[in-house]
Amino acid sequence: MTAIFETPLYPYARSPDQDALDPVRHPVVVVGAGPVGLAAAIDLAQQGVPVVVLDDNDKVSFGSRAICFSKRTLDILDRLGCGDAAAGKGVQWDTGKVFFGDRRVFEFNLLPEEGHKRPAFLNLQQYHLETYLVDRVRALAAEGRPIEIRGRNHVSALGVYEDFVRLEVDTPEGPYNLDAQWLIACDGANSSIRRMTGQDFIGRAFEDSFLIADVAMEADFPSERWFWFDPPFNRGRSALLHKQPDGIFRIDLQLGRGIDPEEEVKPERVTARLRQMLGARTRFALDWVSIYTFQCRRMDRFVNGRVIFAGDAAHQVSPFGARGANSGFQDVDNLCWKLKLVLDGAAPPALIESYNWERVFAADENILNSTRSTEFITPKSETSRAFRDAVLHLAERRKFARRLVNSGRLSTPSVYEDGPLNGPDDDALPLRNAPGAPACDAPTGDGWLLDRLGGGFRLLAIGTEVPERLEEDGIEVVTLALRADADPRLAKRYLGGAAQAVYLIRPDQHVAARWTGYDEDAVRAALRVATGQGG
Amino acid sequence: MGKLKTDANIDDADGFMAELLALHDGRSKAESDAINARLILILANHIGDRAVLSEALRTAGMARDD
Ligand SMILES: Cc1cc2nc3c(=O)[nH]c(=O)nc-3n(C[C@H](O)[C@H](O)[C@H](O)COP(=O)(O)OP(=O)(O)OC[C@H]3O[C@@H](n4cnc5c(N)ncnc54)[C@H](O)[C@@H]3O)c2cc1C
Repeated sequence: MTAIFETPLYPYARSPDQDALDPVRHPVVVVGAGPVGLAAAIDLAQQGVPVVVLDDNDKVSFGSRAICFSKRTLDILDRLGCGDAAAGKGVQWDTGKVFFGDRRVFEFNLLPEEGHKRPAFLNLQQYHLETYLVDRVRALAAEGRPIEIRGRNHVSALGVYEDFVRLEVDTPEGPYNLDAQWLIACDGANSSIRRMTGQDFIGRAFEDSFLIADVAMEADFPSERWFWFDPPFNRGRSALLHKQPDGIFRIDLQLGRGIDPEEEVKPERVTARLRQMLGARTRFALDWVSIYTFQCRRMDRFVNGRVIFAGDAAHQVSPFGARGANSGFQDVDNLCWKLKLVLDGAAPPALIESYNWERVFAADENILNSTRSTEFITPKSETSRAFRDAVLHLAERRKFARRLVNSGRLSTPSVYEDGPLNGPDDDALPLRNAPGAPACDAPTGDGWLLDRLGGGFRLLAIGTEVPERLEEDGIEVVTLALRADADPRLAKRYLGGAAQAVYLIRPDQHVAARWTGYDEDAVRAALRVATGQGG
Repeated sequence: MGKLKTDANIDDADGFMAELLALHDGRSKAESDAINARLILILANHIGDRAVLSEALRTAGMARDD
């Protein structure tokens, strides 16, 4: 495993920009080649927007970090051309088990429904995913797409102007300047861009420390998420076990407050702890160990003039719920099509403001959920512990209490309810695909719905005739027409009791508006609203 | 006020109090706290109505009941 951390993935190479007399101006510069920055670059390049990614490093992220990728992330990766690579390597799961003391209290299924291309969750080391994203960047560049990653390019200063941003970039061969019409800051939780623009990053810090260990072992644990409250091997605290590819297991042990991280991370100490958990006979080897504490916080605004923040740079959550990287993918999924339309002059800059609205809304939802999980997992008073334990005690036999158990509410995409881009709804149609919701996958009789929707504006017409395409002020809408009887699962998710339906779907596959009949004027009006030209 | 019943609603009030106290007879503080927590959850689920529960929580949390 160590080789992957040591091999430069995008080694430094001199760019002609470094020899230019005046700073070269690019439409979009992305700072940070973490999962979020890489996804942004791929999304833009696929749409023909030239993009340069700067990263101060030249390797994948150290240690495995994120391992649980949600169905929504996999759907997005499909659109970005990396879904099969991730799914081919990752471990699929949808069952979670909860233990209290030495008893199994209950289990849950995160996707109790079939008829989706992707599973509820896929476990995959972050470094593998980053490798696939870089492979995709390379493939796009080889096809002649305008995309480039510059390793060991550290952004050290920023000048923010009305309609561009000037960057000072340090390289092994000295500094140079670069201009960007738009800057996307994906430079992680300690974002220096955030600091340089003088933005606050406010929220709550939690005091408990956690030990995170990736362990190589031959063990027949199933592909499930196992969560323990107060287990015999970690009394009074919590533990989490997860399977990853390559025979690696993720173990997360709550250590409590006021611990000495340097002492706790020593291999003999970690091994002793894991022995207690795994039993004397299980053979295992430590792959990666780290201690962390966490915070739940976000920036006040994600859009600051021409500087746009995404991923951990914009928001941070506790790991319970796997909402970090997963929400970062949704950020760029939301942003890139908007940026493309604004750069093309097809939509007003106001469209970018909707990114701020929608993703701040999502960040608040993620922070709320991950804060509540954290409070359940690490009770902050004797009384909160008494209630927590009461819930777990009841959960084994009483169904109602299971809904109160919170070992992490696992990442689901936000529904932009009352969002600024939403158009009309028809409540005869199923609630799950209402305006603002990400379109739910379904079989179409000929491939998966989300694959067939792809990336542009789409008019999904089920059981009714609509024109094949439509254009409104330079924005094209392409129709996907399906029969009402194409597949019962499609009908259930998109028609409900209705005989026909027309859905306007955004390039990020969120529903913009929907009707039970086709009306061209209504579709055009909704398209204007969905592209920031409403009101 | 909202929907929370605050008029007398329990038949055999004295019998109920005796039963509640008997539940805690001879228990340690920790045991009693655990029982109380379970009792609150069981009753809350039985009530179900979020507005009633919020009102009950507010009422219970008032320093002086006025
Ligand atoms: C222990 C742990 C477990 C986690 N588990 C999960 C999980 O299961 N699921 C999940 O969704 N999330 C999880 N997360 C969160 C996830 O790892 C992060 O949300 C994710 O890495 C954020 O991606 P990012 O691209 O925003 O930032 P990062 O991955 O932090 O990338 C930022 C990049 O910016 C570069 N950079 C920084 N400053 C500069 C600069 N000035 N100039 C140039 N480059 C710069 C850095 O080198 C880095 O490559 C976990 C995190 C941890 C720590």
